[in-house]
Amino acid sequence: MSGESWGPGVLVPGRTPLRYRGASVVWRVRPVVVFALSAVVLVLAAAVNLGRGDYPIAITDVLLTLFGGGDAGQQLVVLELRLPRTLVGALVGAALAVSGGIFQSIARNPLASPDIIGIQAGASAAAVFVIVLGGGTAGVGGLFASLGIPLAALAGGLLGAVVIYLLAWRRGIQGFRLVLVGIGVNAVLIAAVHWLLTVAQIYQAAQAQVWLTGSLNARSWNEVLPLAGTMLVLVPASLVLVHVLGALRYDDDTARGLGVRVDRSRTALLLVAVVFASVATAAAGPIAFVALVTPQIAQRLCRTGTPPLAVSMVLGAALTVLADLIARTALGSVELPVGIVTAVLGAPYLLYLLARPRQEARA
Amino acid sequence: MRQRRLLGLGALAVSLLVAVLASIALGAKVIPVNEVLSALVAPTGSENDVVIRSLRIPRTVLGVLVGIALGLAGALVQGFTRNPLGDPGLLGVHFGAAFFVVCGIYLFGVTSLFGYVWFAFAGAFVASAVVFLIGTRAPGGATPVSLALSGAAVSFLLQALTSSVVLIDETSLDAYRFWNVGSLAGRDAGVAGQVVWFIVIGAVLALASAPALNALSLGDDVAASLGHSVRRTRLVGVAAITLLAGAGTAACGPIVFLGLVVPHLVRSFTGPDYRWLLPAAGLAGAVLLLLADVVGRLVARPGELQVGIVVALIGAPVFIALVRRRKLGAI
Repeated sequence: MSGESWGPGVLVPGRTPLRYRGASVVWRVRPVVVFALSAVVLVLAAAVNLGRGDYPIAITDVLLTLFGGGDAGQQLVVLELRLPRTLVGALVGAALAVSGGIFQSIARNPLASPDIIGIQAGASAAAVFVIVLGGGTAGVGGLFASLGIPLAALAGGLLGAVVIYLLAWRRGIQGFRLVLVGIGVNAVLIAAVHWLLTVAQIYQAAQAQVWLTGSLNARSWNEVLPLAGTMLVLVPASLVLVHVLGALRYDDDTARGLGVRVDRSRTALLLVAVVFASVATAAAGPIAFVALVTPQIAQRLCRTGTPPLAVSMVLGAALTVLADLIARTALGSVELPVGIVTAVLGAPYLLYLLARPRQEARA
Repeated sequence: MRQRRLLGLGALAVSLLVAVLASIALGAKVIPVNEVLSALVAPTGSENDVVIRSLRIPRTVLGVLVGIALGLAGALVQGFTRNPLGDPGLLGVHFGAAFFVVCGIYLFGVTSLFGYVWFAFAGAFVASAVVFLIGTRAPGGATPVSLALSGAAVSFLLQALTSSVVLIDETSLDAYRFWNVGSLAGRDAGVAGQVVWFIVIGAVLALASAPALNALSLGDDVAASLGHSVRRTRLVGVAAITLLAGAGTAACGPIVFLGLVVPHLVRSFTGPDYRWLLPAAGLAGAVLLLLADVVGRLVARPGELQVGIVVALIGAPVFIALVRRRKLGAI
C-alpha cells in the first residue's frame, strides 16, 4: 500500500478534490495545461487568419478593426468576410470534436465517431441529393432544393441519426450495437452518394465533390449565428452531462450502481452529439478527421482514460482554424478546401502518436 | 457442430452453383433458357451466344473470383485485428487503390479498366503496408486498436489527397466517379486474368494461417506459448489481406460492406473456428457478389445498378438484423 489514505473525502490518492455541494472535481494539471495551450493556438491562428489573404492587414489593424476602428475596406474584409469564416471554422471544429468525443466514450471504441457511423453520411447524402437533383422541379427533390443545402444536410444528419437509433434500440442502447448499426447505415448512405455522383452531370458532380470535401469558403454570419446559438445551448448541456461519461466507462450495472440513470443519460448524450455533428456538417460539409481524431489526440495529450470533452472542444476549434489558414494561404492564390488540410495535418500526427516509443501513457 | 458446419458449407456450394447459373442466364437482354444452354454447349455465333460467351461468362468468373477474395479478406481482417468492425477498407485498401487510380488517370492519362488494375493494386499494397508498419510500431505492438486507428488515419489522408486531385481536374473526377462505385460491368476476360494469381496465392496464404488465427484469438501470449510466431503470423496475414482485397478492389473498384458482412453471416454456423470460417466466408462472398450483380442487372433495365450499390443495399439490412439478434461482444 502507498502511504496515501483512502478516506471518505479522497477521490484520488494524493489529490485534493474541489467540492461544491454534491459535485466534486479532481484538479489535474495536464488537462489544464493542454486546454490553455490549445486556446493559445486557437487565438493565434484566428488572429493570423484574419490578417492574411489577398488583402493583407497588419495584426494591429486587425485588432483595431475588431474594436470598432479601421477604414471601410478593413471593416468589410475583417468583419464581413474573414471574421465570420474564422468563427464558423472554430465553431464547426469544436462541435465535431465534442461530438466525436461523446460517441467514442459511449461506444468505448475509438472508431465510433459521426464520420464513421453515418451521421455525416446522412447529411452528405441529403446535400448531394439536393445538388444533383435539386434542379428538378417537382417531388422531393424540389422540396429539398427550396430548403437549401445546409438545411437539407441538417435534416439528413438528424434523420440518419434517428434511423440508426431506432435500428440500434433493443431494450436500451448498447454502445457496441450502436456502432455496428451505424456502420451499416453509413455504408448504404455512402453507396447512395457514389451512385448520385454517377448519375449527375459532371459539373454537378464537381460541385458535390467540393461540398463533400468540406469547405469554409464564403461562409458568412448566416452560418455563424445558427451555429453559435446551438453551441450556446449544447455546450453547457454537454458539460453537465459529462460526469456521466466517467461512469459509462464501466459496464451498465456498475454505472447504475454509481447512481447513473444509464439509458436516459446515454440517450441525452447521443442527442447532443448528433446535433453537434449535424449542425457542423450543415455549415461546412463533412470535414474529415476532426471528429475522429481530435478526441484521441486530446486523450493522449492529457493522458486520461476517456476523451476529455472540454479540451477536445478547444483543440478541435484550433485545429480547424489552423487548417483553414493553411488551406487559404499554402498554395498562393489557389484555395484548398479545409477538409483536405485537416486530413493532411491530422493524419500524420495521429500516426506519430501511435508510432512513438512506449511511454507510461495509458493505451 | 460438425454436421451443422458441413451442411452449411454444402448449402453455400449449392447456392454458388445457382448464383453462377443465374448470372449466366439473366441480364439486361432476355435470353430463353434453351438458347442459354446451346450457347454453353454448342455455340453458333449468334448474337445471344456472343452476349453469353464474351460478356456474361467473363463477368461471372470475375464475380466469383472477387467475391471469394473479398469474403476471405474480410474474415482475415476481423481475425487479425480482433475487431468485429473489421473490413479490408479498415486497413486503407480502398482509399489506397482509389488514390493510385486517380493518380494514374491524372498523371498518366490512363483511361481503361485494364490499365487501372495495376495502379489500384499498387495503391492497395502501399496503403496496407504503411498501415501495418505504423500499427506494429505503436506501443504494445499491432493491437487491434492500433491497427484500426492507423488504418483510419491513412484512409483519411488518402481520401483527402484523392479529393484534391479530382477537385483540380474534372476529367479525373469523371473517370473516378464511375470506378469508385464498384462494378463488374465492362470487364473483359483480361481483367480476371490479371488478378487471378494474386487471389489464388492470397487464398492459399489465408487458409494456411487458419490454425494460427485460432490461437491468436486467445490472445498473443497464448498463441506464442502454443508455438506460433505472432509476428510472422501477422505478416503472412497482412500479405494475404493485401493480395485478396487489393486484387478484388483493383478488378471491380471499392465494394464496401461485403468483407464486413460475410464473416458475420457465416459465423452463425461455423462458429469461431477459422478452419471452417475462412472457406465458408470465401464461398459466401462469391454467392453474395454474384446475386447482387444479377439483381443490379434486373432492377434497372435497360441500364443497371452497379454491384457496389446493390451489395450495400442487400448487405445492410441483413447485417443490421444480425447485429440486433446476436450477442456480438466477443469474437
